[in-house]
Amino acid sequence: MILGIDVASIFLGGLSAGMVLFIVSVGLSVTMGLMGFVNLAHGAFAMLGGYVIVLAMNHANIGFLPALVLGFVVTAAVSVVLERLLYARLYRAAELDQVLLTIGLIFIFIASITVVVGPESQPLTLPPALRGQIDLGFTRYRAYSVFLIAVGILIVLGLWLAFERTQIGAQIRATVDNRRMAESLGINVDRLFTITFAFGSGMAAIGGGLGAEFLGLDPQYAVKYLVYFLIAVSVGGLGSVVGVFYASLLIGVLDFMLKLYLPEGGTLFIYALTVLLLLWRPQGLFGRKEI
Amino acid sequence: MSAATSSAAKHPADVGRIDHPAARVMVGRHRLRWWETLPWIVAGAFYFSYPDYLGFGTELLIAILFAISLDLALGYAGIITLGHAAFFGAGAYTVGLLAFHGVWNEPITSLMLAALVAAIVGLGSGLVLLRTHGLTLLMLTLCTMALLEEGANMAHEYTGGFDGLPSLPIPPLLGWFEFNPLYSNTQYVYALIVLFVCFLFVRTLVYSPFGQSLTGIRENMLRMHAVGSPVRRRLVTCYTISAAIAGIAGGLWAQTNAYVNLSAFGLDRAAAVLIILILGGYGRLYGAFVGAVAYMGLSHFLARIYPTAWQLGLGLLLVAIALFARNGILGIGEALWRRLGARRAAS
Repeated sequence: MILGIDVASIFLGGLSAGMVLFIVSVGLSVTMGLMGFVNLAHGAFAMLGGYVIVLAMNHANIGFLPALVLGFVVTAAVSVVLERLLYARLYRAAELDQVLLTIGLIFIFIASITVVVGPESQPLTLPPALRGQIDLGFTRYRAYSVFLIAVGILIVLGLWLAFERTQIGAQIRATVDNRRMAESLGINVDRLFTITFAFGSGMAAIGGGLGAEFLGLDPQYAVKYLVYFLIAVSVGGLGSVVGVFYASLLIGVLDFMLKLYLPEGGTLFIYALTVLLLLWRPQGLFGRKEI
Repeated sequence: MSAATSSAAKHPADVGRIDHPAARVMVGRHRLRWWETLPWIVAGAFYFSYPDYLGFGTELLIAILFAISLDLALGYAGIITLGHAAFFGAGAYTVGLLAFHGVWNEPITSLMLAALVAAIVGLGSGLVLLRTHGLTLLMLTLCTMALLEEGANMAHEYTGGFDGLPSLPIPPLLGWFEFNPLYSNTQYVYALIVLFVCFLFVRTLVYSPFGQSLTGIRENMLRMHAVGSPVRRRLVTCYTISAAIAGIAGGLWAQTNAYVNLSAFGLDRAAAVLIILILGGYGRLYGAFVGAVAYMGLSHFLARIYPTAWQLGLGLLLVAIALFARNGILGIGEALWRRLGARRAAS
């Protein structure tokens, strides 16, 4: 049963990484699907959230869960301010201007964090309950990874219910499908975007905090993992929660497996697969509209 | 001009059209202006007045050439790419691999080979990538670059992996002018001449009917399809030419530094060239010059002393440009010039 245990551990490790990828990327997917806004600074929001969470735990002795909530609130608040002040001016602008604005924001975030916190990496100290191993019946595995998978499943269920069963979810789906039609029906798309932008940035913050344990947290975070977030979004399809979920898990498991069996150049396959998939389906696996 | 007047004589309705100021601008916009000699005079003067900074000057000239290649794809054809360093790296590694493994290292022919390899990469990727647009195109260009970077990293037996290939044996230029690592005189003049030749080529290209059709595709792709322009083929051709020039810039970079490493392919380099072009103003040829001088000058002197302040300032500058000055420094200059002219006309 060596092989079975191996497979289980690869899946659990990959799934936990994929869950973090999902939690960070889901907001990016929805906001991009809503407005077509190319937000390269999404990773910077995840980084900001990660810093708030880790610093709150390390310096203010706040517990893990309250710190996650704090990270969500602070990042969502910051993102609303930026959205109203900057993003809102460029909704209908060319992609190039959006790329430029958000690259500028990345630089500002990196520099601010370097000045305020410092360039060194910030460690995340897990609460005792999440350290060590946990017995799953068929195998023993790191408790934190199992916790991440459980949290990820809860979040995707919650988001799915919110998307499919609430009024605001219906409005988001309508706007992703056809913005002009949604506007004609009286849906306030700008306000909808502000709400989802804040919520998505808050989710990214939680993802940044949850992932800090194995992704690390330093000022370069905003750039380092940006390509992964973008791949998850474009492979999953813009504006699709379920799509990003499957894409993130796929990337997480693949990345984990390739790093194990092909330590050098494993990422090459992820890029190659992304290119092939996007050539086959430019709108992503679950994307609804042609882009 | 004579053809235009003779046809105007036949069709009286056309007389008014050619006399219209807009028509005159259209007819005469490819002509050389007096100020177009300025960059070259400045570059020549720089050689004599700052002999200690010629190494930096060479980097600057290469950045200009790279930005011009991006201007062709992004500024003229409107292909939004985040992965232009793919071609820079392809050119740099062509020169580097050939020289390091003792296959071929004559500088000028190596540059041509670099252009050829980069053009092949551009053609191959352009044929498939340019079917898409928007975010998908952005992602595909980014992933193509990352793919090449990982490939170069993986083939470390040949490419030296992360450390790259150091001390490339580059023979003297034309068998006469040594590449001295301490005094960059040869490198500077060499880069200046290559830049000049490439610039003349690009300038001719963008004012040719081909260049005009690229602008048309950028402004309204649907209409260009409607008038029967072979849009896809034009875009792929433009992308390939742009890649070849970026490859020359990369090859120059490898030759003048006598090394190549993975930074040739990096996202940093692709972002920097995008920033240079947009800072200067895209779609106007000289934006690359202005942007490179502003960006490289600031980064060279500021970034070393205050790296964080430089990053913060750059970020604020990009945000300001995206919001208020979409045509970059040259756009601001043009607006000021026009306002000045209007005031003079009024008084």
